[in-house]
Amino acid sequence: MPISLPMTEKMSHDILIVGGGAAGLRAAIAAAEVDANIDIAVVSKVFPMRSHTVSAEGGAAAVLREDDSLDLHAFDTIRGSDYLADQDVVETFIEKAPEELIQLEHWGCPWSRDVDGKISVRAFGGMSVKRTVYASDKTGFHMLHALFQTSLKYTQIRRYDEWFVTSLLIEEGKCVGVTALDLETGQLHPIVAKVVLLCTGGGGQIFPFTTNASIKTGDGMAMAYRAGAALKDMEFVQYHPTGLPGTGILITEASRGEGGHLINKEGERFLERYIPGKMELGPRDILSRAIMTEMKEGRAFEGEYGGYVHLDLTHLGEKMIDEKLPFVRELVVKYVGIDPVHEPIPVRPVVHYMMGGVSTDINGNTSIPGLLAAGEVACITLNGANRLGSNSLTECLVFGALSGRAGAQYALEQQPVSENAVRSLADKEQKRIAKQFLEKEGGKERVASLQEEMHLTMEKGCGVYRTGESLQESCTTLKKLRERFADVAIDDRGRIFNTDLRGALELEFMLEVAECIAHSALAREESRGAQSRLDFPERSDEKFLHHLLAYATPEGPRFEQQPVTITRWPPEERKY
Amino acid sequence: MSTIKITVNRYNPEKSSERYTQSYTIPYKEDMVVLDALNYIKNHVDGTLTHRWSCRMGVCGSCGMMINGDPKLSCATFLRDYYPGEVQVDALAHFPVIRDLVIDMSDFMDKLVEIKPWIIRSEEKPLEEGEYLQSPDELNLYRQFSMCINCMICYSACPVYGHDQSFLGPAAIALAHRYNMDSRDEGQDQRAEIIGSHEGIWGCTFVGECTRVCPKHVDPAAAIQRSKVQLTKEYFLSWIWPRGKR
Repeated sequence: MPISLPMTEKMSHDILIVGGGAAGLRAAIAAAEVDANIDIAVVSKVFPMRSHTVSAEGGAAAVLREDDSLDLHAFDTIRGSDYLADQDVVETFIEKAPEELIQLEHWGCPWSRDVDGKISVRAFGGMSVKRTVYASDKTGFHMLHALFQTSLKYTQIRRYDEWFVTSLLIEEGKCVGVTALDLETGQLHPIVAKVVLLCTGGGGQIFPFTTNASIKTGDGMAMAYRAGAALKDMEFVQYHPTGLPGTGILITEASRGEGGHLINKEGERFLERYIPGKMELGPRDILSRAIMTEMKEGRAFEGEYGGYVHLDLTHLGEKMIDEKLPFVRELVVKYVGIDPVHEPIPVRPVVHYMMGGVSTDINGNTSIPGLLAAGEVACITLNGANRLGSNSLTECLVFGALSGRAGAQYALEQQPVSENAVRSLADKEQKRIAKQFLEKEGGKERVASLQEEMHLTMEKGCGVYRTGESLQESCTTLKKLRERFADVAIDDRGRIFNTDLRGALELEFMLEVAECIAHSALAREESRGAQSRLDFPERSDEKFLHHLLAYATPEGPRFEQQPVTITRWPPEERKY
Repeated sequence: MSTIKITVNRYNPEKSSERYTQSYTIPYKEDMVVLDALNYIKNHVDGTLTHRWSCRMGVCGSCGMMINGDPKLSCATFLRDYYPGEVQVDALAHFPVIRDLVIDMSDFMDKLVEIKPWIIRSEEKPLEEGEYLQSPDELNLYRQFSMCINCMICYSACPVYGHDQSFLGPAAIALAHRYNMDSRDEGQDQRAEIIGSHEGIWGCTFVGECTRVCPKHVDPAAAIQRSKVQLTKEYFLSWIWPRGKR
């Protein structure tokens, strides 16, 4: 049965936020506080409290203590980024970070506390001092629920829960809304807005082993890219050093922040060979490479899901683990069947975060008027070539709030959008989905099989270590997969809660983002941060101290360069 | 290769108003959870099978369902606990079903707003003045009640909710209690009115099913018990000291 476009309902808002995670909800509240009459929509493919922010564990960074300084947080972030972060963005970020975490405290977030009642801080990788605020080891969960519950008091925020946005509506070069599939009824609706803010997160599901939830399929990146916006620095994909083999479940960096050790098969704390100055508190790119090298050189354990090393917490003691890392214990007992109080945890690097994303300026504006982005979907650029752990939750708050305010201001200055123009655009989208999926005759490709092949080529060609050859092979494979996607046939042709259709649309998004990652990595002929090219092992500031902007063309991405903004920290060798 | 039989109680209102069961025999591995089995079926056997899931690590709250009669998170329930017997899955009890294992939880989403789950204060401290101090002991007073993932498993186990859907229910009351117990909050009176205005809470007989089934070890039964004590106290106090004098 085809999906139909309802002809009567009008849905029109001042600002429409796609995604109900930390960035989206923070933006919604910020917009509501700009002006009580602003009409705000939050459209999310899941109920907001299911958003992937929920899985973040370790904490959120900000300068809150006397022994810390804004300059130090800035420097740590810039050095961590391998000098690819835009330094004006970093400066804004570190300045706004403390008030955002205090704001969350005022909204009820149960931050862990010291005995004097102050918010506690813990150590994190690449951070020179303890500055990571946390709520036990369920920081993202508590932040998300505090934000969601607080958002409920703003009656001007209208939610579209379990509505899946399929495209951006672009009229005369401006973004004027979205088309969204109401999963419950199967109807595709145009939702009109004066401004659209993408807060859809990343796309870890492009890779086989990832900490990311099943909903992280790069939707916002792909939609913006299709609409003509640039994706920036897509080659930088972060591997978290400590995920569980097989499932990819995240074992928080706080495990190391609280004193855990990484141990190889020989019983060595092998980081001594790679980053003796920081050891387990080194940044993620360096630690992930160290583990992969241990595997390659035969010093890792071998298991059903490939090589792994040990994360040893046994010396921390049961009391500390239960107080600081109870979720880690729960996860490991449940999913590995061992107790980390008594036995080391098997871990391997797994895809965790995308430093790249929709290119924006410091207020979240993309190159398309009326389209903004914030959080992981955006590349603003705070994280450069490698993000420091605990900067991303804060990033969602700081830039969610800034872009929510900027979007609201922009909306106040706009005229209402003509709904007739939008209807014909939405009609086209409805026909596309019907023709390509729901009413398609024939077709022999299965969504799950194409997804598996995408996983294989991304792991093989675009993993921790890359070469021109491996990347070229991924580019070729992905091109073929995109062609084969045209021949996809889904089993479910119904309307009501069609997750088969949603899965197909998500795969289509992922293939485009994957192709952009592979081509970007091929274009950057140097090693910097998370991009490690075996054929170009050195960082080359001479040739590549710039961002890569990818624009969609029928032949694949076209690249432009954008200079890195340097304010006070000239690039130097990245030493720890 | 070992196999296991998964029987799903299915429902597709576009095809029929009747529910029906369908069985699938799929490869079995010891480390598989029920969600893995459903995803295997969805990906390789029958793409029409419909279920919600996301984080697969027991924290997003999407994948609750009845598994061999008990409400559980499918991502945290291992097939090996049933193997070689079959696994029967059904949508969570006490909720309208949208399709297959997908329930309609709009009733809970409405109740969530009703109990005002946000910090209520007569006066806001400016951000520049920093955080509200809260000792670890004060944090511990409400912490476990803040661990609810809204998975709806307690509603599915609650005999009172099964009988009377106007009951606010375990998760909503636990969340109200979480804010009531928070040293930063002053909204207890407002929430007491809401909790007390529903007949349901007095129908709760402390069977404690909600606490037994909670995958996150929240104790909603204790929250309900304490709310009742508080409501009763308020009721008597309101005779001695009329409102506003307390």
